[in-house]
Amino acid sequence: MNPTSVLPIVEKYNNRRGSLISILEEIQSQYGYLPSEALQVVADRTGRSLVDIYGVATFYKAFRLKPRGKHLICTCLGTACHVRGGPSIAQEFEGQLGIKRTGETTPDKEFTLETVMCLGACALGPIVVADGHYFPNVTTSQVKTIIGRTREGLDKIEVQKDKRIFPVEVACPRCNHTLMDPDHLVDGHPSIRVTVSFGEEHGWLRLSSLYGSYTIETGSEIPMGTIAHFFCPHCHAELIGASNCMACEAPMVPMIVQGGAIVQICSRRGCRSHMLDLDATAVT
Amino acid sequence: MIKLKINAVPVSVEEGSTILEAAQFLGFPIPTLCHVEGLSPYGACRLCVVEVGEGARSKLVSSCTYPVEEGLRVRTASARVVRARKMILELMLGSCPQSKIIQDLASAYEVRQQRFKQEYETCILCGLCARMCTEQMMAHAIGFQGRGDHRTLGTPFNIKSEKCRLCGGCIYICPACQLRCTYTQPEKAICGGCANLSPPCLEKPNFDDMMCYMSPCVACEIKKD
Ligand code: SF4
Ligand code: SF4
Ligand code: SF4
Ligand code: FES
Ligand code: FES
Repeated sequence: MNPTSVLPIVEKYNNRRGSLISILEEIQSQYGYLPSEALQVVADRTGRSLVDIYGVATFYKAFRLKPRGKHLICTCLGTACHVRGGPSIAQEFEGQLGIKRTGETTPDKEFTLETVMCLGACALGPIVVADGHYFPNVTTSQVKTIIGRTREGLDKIEVQKDKRIFPVEVACPRCNHTLMDPDHLVDGHPSIRVTVSFGEEHGWLRLSSLYGSYTIETGSEIPMGTIAHFFCPHCHAELIGASNCMACEAPMVPMIVQGGAIVQICSRRGCRSHMLDLDATAVT
Repeated sequence: MIKLKINAVPVSVEEGSTILEAAQFLGFPIPTLCHVEGLSPYGACRLCVVEVGEGARSKLVSSCTYPVEEGLRVRTASARVVRARKMILELMLGSCPQSKIIQDLASAYEVRQQRFKQEYETCILCGLCARMCTEQMMAHAIGFQGRGDHRTLGTPFNIKSEKCRLCGGCIYICPACQLRCTYTQPEKAICGGCANLSPPCLEKPNFDDMMCYMSPCVACEIKKD
């Protein structure tokens, strides 16, 4: 780690009182943890003592002083999961991953094992969360499978086989002209074609018409995190509704699904938020 | 100047002083552990509890951190205070039975039993060492880390600190690291060897308003106002 790379973060806050936690949060979002060199830089630059900063960094569970593994597995040890065998599940994970204590990471930096005190889904306990995917009613014999699937990548969806994925046909909510392009296939199905603009750029975008697939094709690459404006290629109206993304607050892009429903996708590149609203009345 | 009454004795002290200072000015003894002159008040041990206010709305506060208020009524040795203080000492005895300072305090304040599991901890988290290091030694070498039952004191990353000058100030001030008492019956925290005489009225009903703070007992000269 190059200590100078945290300087802009520290300087941005101009040594304002109460900014320490924000600084640490930003450093952690950049490195995934709080490197000791970074804490030293924060101490030198803010004039605080390292021991105080270390105290804050160890006080909050959200801060980590060691890098996390590629995958995070979290077993629930809340009361309900505890009585249903949470501790033996945690132990099994520790044994199979070769981790001595929860909170630690495997030497190959693949897995970090953590525990949590109740996820609010006690009826499904004991619960294990792996990379954001919930596994309910876990038994010790499932631990091996969970580790295996996590290693393979739980976000990988088999577009052709997964039954959560189905094709939709959409139209512009203003001119009602279909947005489907049967001549150009994405994921083996007719694609949805819209025009997009972001910053100075302007171009076309093809989306997979499979609901639940995130495959897109673009004329010019949209940087991750950018909010794009979507337009109907026929009436040139902007596809914009009244609602914002629940996950990232960017405006949602509405499209009419044949049969009366409305599908909304988030306009931010990389945000996977989308929803299908079955009894929505047409947006204006 | 702020006027208040401590154990019904009127006193006026400078704004910003604490109840502890006002009580010490009048000569009422209040035991302290985490409060040391020259270090900022921290309020960690709660041993210096006093009762402020009257009747049902009265509450226990730590006098070393509570600033005086106009018209405040303070009782430094009401039955509630004595009970709370004894419980605090009993708990401290449970966690650090080998601290001579805690042993002596417990003995001086009539703690005659120890019902908690003995932990043989070496720290009561009073924070004196960290304040000593920061405020008097100007070293900022040690401080609190972690949270809840993982809270400990140490240097950042628990490695040798470049800031520490090995002055020994932290060890000097620590109530748990000092000369350990080895008592004659290790399974009991209180060996009884240091027992003091206790004021007899403590156990009597309606003792609340009598407030014995004298040790040894001088009978209840100061009545309720
Ligand atoms: S010995 Fe080190 S840690 Fe202790 S008070 Fe002195 S400088 Fe601070
Ligand atoms: S080490 Fe000693 S002085 Fe420091 S907090 Fe613990 S008991 Fe108090
Ligand atoms: S008399 Fe007992 S409790 Fe008191 S200091 Fe000696 S050994 Fe410790
Ligand atoms: S105890 Fe595990 S979800 Fe509540
Ligand atoms: S002396 Fe007041 S809380 Fe410790």
